Amino acid sequence: MNDVAVVGFAQSRNVRHSDGTTNGVEMLVPLLAEVFEQTSLSKEDIGFWCSGSSDYLAGRAFSFIAAVDALGAFPPMHESHVEMDAAWALYEAWLKIRTGEVDTALVYGFGKSSAGRLRRVLALQLDPYLVAPLWPDSIGIAGIQARMGIEAGLWSEREMAEVAARSRADARANPVAQLSGEVEAATLLERPMFADPLREHDIAPVTDGAAVLVLAAADRAGELADRPAVITGIEHRVDSPALGARDLTRSPSAGAAGAAAGGDGVQLAELHAPFTHQEIILRRALGLGANVGVNPSGGVLVGNPMFAAGLARIGEAAGQILLGNADRVLAHATSGPALQQNLVAVLEGRD
Amino acid sequence: MSTGTNPVSPQAPLSAPLDVGFDYTRSLGPVLGRFVNALRERRIEGVRGSDGRVHVPAVEYDPVTARPLTEFVPVAEVGTVLSWSWVAEPLEGQPLPRPFAWALVRLDGADTAMLHAVDVPGPEYLRTGMRVRVRWADEPVGHIRDIACFVPEGTRSEPGPLPAPPPVAERAEGEPVSTVITPVHLRYQHSASPEESRYLRALAEGRLLGGRCPECRKVYVPPRGACPTDGVPTAEEVELPDTGIVTTFCIVNVPFLGQRIKPPYVAAYILLDGADIAFLHLVLGCEATEVRMGMRVRAAWKPREQWWTTLENIEHFEPTGEPDAAYESFAHHL
Repeated sequence: MNDVAVVGFAQSRNVRHSDGTTNGVEMLVPLLAEVFEQTSLSKEDIGFWCSGSSDYLAGRAFSFIAAVDALGAFPPMHESHVEMDAAWALYEAWLKIRTGEVDTALVYGFGKSSAGRLRRVLALQLDPYLVAPLWPDSIGIAGIQARMGIEAGLWSEREMAEVAARSRADARANPVAQLSGEVEAATLLERPMFADPLREHDIAPVTDGAAVLVLAAADRAGELADRPAVITGIEHRVDSPALGARDLTRSPSAGAAGAAAGGDGVQLAELHAPFTHQEIILRRALGLGANVGVNPSGGVLVGNPMFAAGLARIGEAAGQILLGNADRVLAHATSGPALQQNLVAVLEGRD
Repeated sequence: MSTGTNPVSPQAPLSAPLDVGFDYTRSLGPVLGRFVNALRERRIEGVRGSDGRVHVPAVEYDPVTARPLTEFVPVAEVGTVLSWSWVAEPLEGQPLPRPFAWALVRLDGADTAMLHAVDVPGPEYLRTGMRVRVRWADEPVGHIRDIACFVPEGTRSEPGPLPAPPPVAERAEGEPVSTVITPVHLRYQHSASPEESRYLRALAEGRLLGGRCPECRKVYVPPRGACPTDGVPTAEEVELPDTGIVTTFCIVNVPFLGQRIKPPYVAAYILLDGADIAFLHLVLGCEATEVRMGMRVRAAWKPREQWWTTLENIEHFEPTGEPDAAYESFAHHL
């Protein structure tokens, strides 16, 4: 079967609020031009298109259809969509290339989180019979998860603040980041609780944004990028949706996906952790030692465009290979409440 | 007909609140049905899994073997807080209108925990390991919200009022609950694109704006953030007349909820002169049976003082009496 490589990646600036439409067209048009420029491909060269977004975020049914305008879908194209983070759209595109059906694919994710109230919107991904009718908000659920780890001695509020401080410091080199800067963990800990035990710095900011990524069969990838990032392993797994039935301080599905994707020996990892303590959970689940650099981009704590942020982790990790900064990297994406679903990709540079 | 390029308006795109709501009505099946029917009688029943664990709330399928679960086990209405987080400002729809805690509560007799609200005045009144009991809704209906919230076990009087209960699905007297209704209401700030905003603002002045794609030269009404053929904004504005043709139509004979005109009437695709895409509007001013493909029509505008940023400024289109357009002249727009 074909090996698959990342050959292009672009993302929009992560902003708290944008004037654009909820259908993402304006966010996507310039990003598409950017990846075509990077890869010298045109839309006619793309064999398969796949996106991730959410109708509940956009407040209307079939909202992804409007974004298809951004592609210029004529003559008719081979197109698909997932109602999840676009990392799962990438998985679908990866399969299309693996099976030899196409040799190039373009994957995109987009979300205007600022159009609605994100914390309420995300309640609708919970069990619709016995949980969602209570409207539990995503931050409240993450707070329950954080406290379990704090009280079990698995992490501390200080370690959580250190994750936030490091993320913002790393984001100074990231031109699309929403938050960045030099701040001491001790200073962050002096700030009030937002949703006890979470302070504002523990929570990824509400973000509008989009990301676009181009995949190619490995034997074509060399024509499209100087140093393609070959996906040597990719897996996704899921934990029980029953929040009270699983140990929220662990992420067995992330661990299983990482093991199956072959995550040993990576130099750096981009983790999709919308809450500080979740980075700690993921590091442990994936067995990332102290020598593995985590989130050189700053991660989603500095900008979390819904339904694009997981895809952007793969793009950021691949970017380190494309630029020649690393040879073997890991990228992780999550979807659902409290790290319920997890996808891990391992990428390698092949000179 | 006048055409021409207008300078790009510096105004911000139009934006307005959008409220979306519906009552999500779901059938329950045997396991969840039994669970909510017990709640209606102020009892809590868990279900036993293959590994002997009792799941509360009930789950339909075993998380280990994926087999359907059928053995119900009554559990207590008191339990222990396993973890919690504080809600300083409750959101719309949540169980309590005052600050409260989300908690995972493991009821006595259960092995898994349920997510619910705990009613205490502040975070300092709560700790992990605390014992809590159910506060039942005043009138249980067979819904998870029959458990209104939890309160500390020793609480004597109920601390405050509860929000209104959810609507009840219709059922025959004495029949068990087989469906639940969950009202879903979401509020958005909907934003039109810059191109659509200029189109809508022009309508408020009685003008019809199209947008020309710089690549394929087609004129879209409304102008679009991206030409669906070429993927580029239809940036060049074109002012269009309020005359055009019917490309295709249907005669509406069926009454429906919210209908504004008495049937029969005609909903038609109107292709304005100079445009390359048709939009849906009404054709009135003649018998429905007289409407035909290629018929020439003109906009019937509402009185000027009723105009705003909407295509509804045009009340309908009506025949001009001119000769019909030849089929070949619009066949490629069908």
